[in-house]
Amino acid sequence: MKILVPVKRVIDPYVNIRVRSDETGVETENVKMSMNPFCEIAVEEAIRLKEAGKAEEIIAVSIGNQSCQETIRTALAMGADRGIHVLTEEKIEPISIAKILSKICEQESPGLVISGKQAIDGDNNQTGQMLAALTDMPQGTFASKIEIDSDKVKVTREIDGGLQTVSLNMPAIITTDLRLNEPRYASLPNIMKAKKKPIDQKSPEDYGIDVTPRVNVLKVIEPPKREAGIKVENISELVEKLKNEAGVI
Amino acid sequence: MTTLFFIEHVNGQVSDQSLKAISATSQIDGDVHGLIVGSDIDSVVAEASKIEGLSKLMHLDDGSFNNILAENLTQLILNISGDYEYFLAAATTTGKNVMPRLAAKLDVSQISEIIAIEGPDTFIRTIYAGNAIATVQTSDPKKVLTVRPTAFKSALIGSSGCEITKINAENMPSISEFIGEELTKSDRPELTSAKTIISGGRGMQNGENFELLDKVAEKLGAAVGASRAAVDAGFVPNDYQVGQTGKVVAPELYIAVGISGAIQHLAGMKDSKVIVAINKDEEAPIFDVADYGLVADLFQVLPELEQAL
Repeated sequence: MKILVPVKRVIDPYVNIRVRSDETGVETENVKMSMNPFCEIAVEEAIRLKEAGKAEEIIAVSIGNQSCQETIRTALAMGADRGIHVLTEEKIEPISIAKILSKICEQESPGLVISGKQAIDGDNNQTGQMLAALTDMPQGTFASKIEIDSDKVKVTREIDGGLQTVSLNMPAIITTDLRLNEPRYASLPNIMKAKKKPIDQKSPEDYGIDVTPRVNVLKVIEPPKREAGIKVENISELVEKLKNEAGVI
Repeated sequence: MTTLFFIEHVNGQVSDQSLKAISATSQIDGDVHGLIVGSDIDSVVAEASKIEGLSKLMHLDDGSFNNILAENLTQLILNISGDYEYFLAAATTTGKNVMPRLAAKLDVSQISEIIAIEGPDTFIRTIYAGNAIATVQTSDPKKVLTVRPTAFKSALIGSSGCEITKINAENMPSISEFIGEELTKSDRPELTSAKTIISGGRGMQNGENFELLDKVAEKLGAAVGASRAAVDAGFVPNDYQVGQTGKVVAPELYIAVGISGAIQHLAGMKDSKVIVAINKDEEAPIFDVADYGLVADLFQVLPELEQAL
């Protein structure tokens, strides 16, 4: 079985986000970039399934500019076998990403696609579900546990208020939540080895997909700043303020 | 133009999240129709039919929809999608699961977790976990949206109900199956819908000490959360996590205890109405966003707080 893992390059989660003063977006020049944390979890899960003998090959896919090659290399260094880079300079939306991935699914016939539940830049939380729709595959979103049992996969999902378990016919799409696993760091020898692993370069046109945006970002602004309030001396003053001033208890 | 809103229900009542999110439809012209699914929910259906602004309610009375599968609910909505221009649901785990699948089936984009409606095709949403706010305009003919409930006030439930129509589930895919559910058994509210949250950070030192928070939470009817540092240190499970990679919350009152206030955490709670910070380090960044700060040893003041409530 093949596992396809889409990976996204995003601003590193530990970087302070700066909104551009011209309100066109968030500053990405000279900012540290990393693999989206939920995608790291997806790569890790694919590797664990391969280590457990449930999968033979892991293909990491990234869609975006030339630098996305680095993100694919990271996945290869963690343990993915080969990469597909779909090169585009467009700001590409989840629906277009899902369409490109659906074409890759047609060509590669993966038994599972494991993706992050959302990227921490756009916070859309859409691509996996959309890919499942376009390929008519079942979806196990927000997964905290995955068990393959012959031609089905049992997915434990993080839902509001607890956990839900579903059984999906394979091929299936799974999106990862935080508790699924703790991603490994790539070792230096593996980083060296990853440099020799193949990355196929493609374009959206190769898949016949029009990636023209449908959603136009009119402006991006900073959220209203919170002012620091006051310091209280002790608990009784705190409780008094919460009761009488803020009226929240 | 007409809007279809998917209404969820929990424990025999219309979900609080849905009631808030459906308020967003008041800013869209035209009729609003509701869809509700499940069997043995007559009282919920009656309640839902009285939601202000709703002109028609469709009910699928089918036990196989008591536990929702994205594949089947998407097909159900597609079956009735015909003339609707807007499709909305609360940004709950169900809404997030289903609406993107629906959008892709309709070959349109989906706009996630809107916090305001600017115009018929223009919406406001947060990106980068609330560190930036984007105004977006869609050119798609149909609009599929999820609504962040914390951004809207609950819709009122009136005295008279709208027309209720029964619908059937046709052409259901059978590619997925519900196995089971394990809901966190707690008398306390769930993090994302709680009015009050008390969260602990690394300063709690270990998992047992979270009992100190539990005791205060009990008095306040609050949910208990945690920072990523506390989760990473193994004090509490990951579903406690408030922050960029955990849950985004906006309660009336958020009490941060022993939390330094790393950006990841602030991103998940800074829309709270009132923030209280208790930390012994007066330089902690959490004090920059707190309405009320108390520089103190949490082990001394938490029992005092419990007593004072």
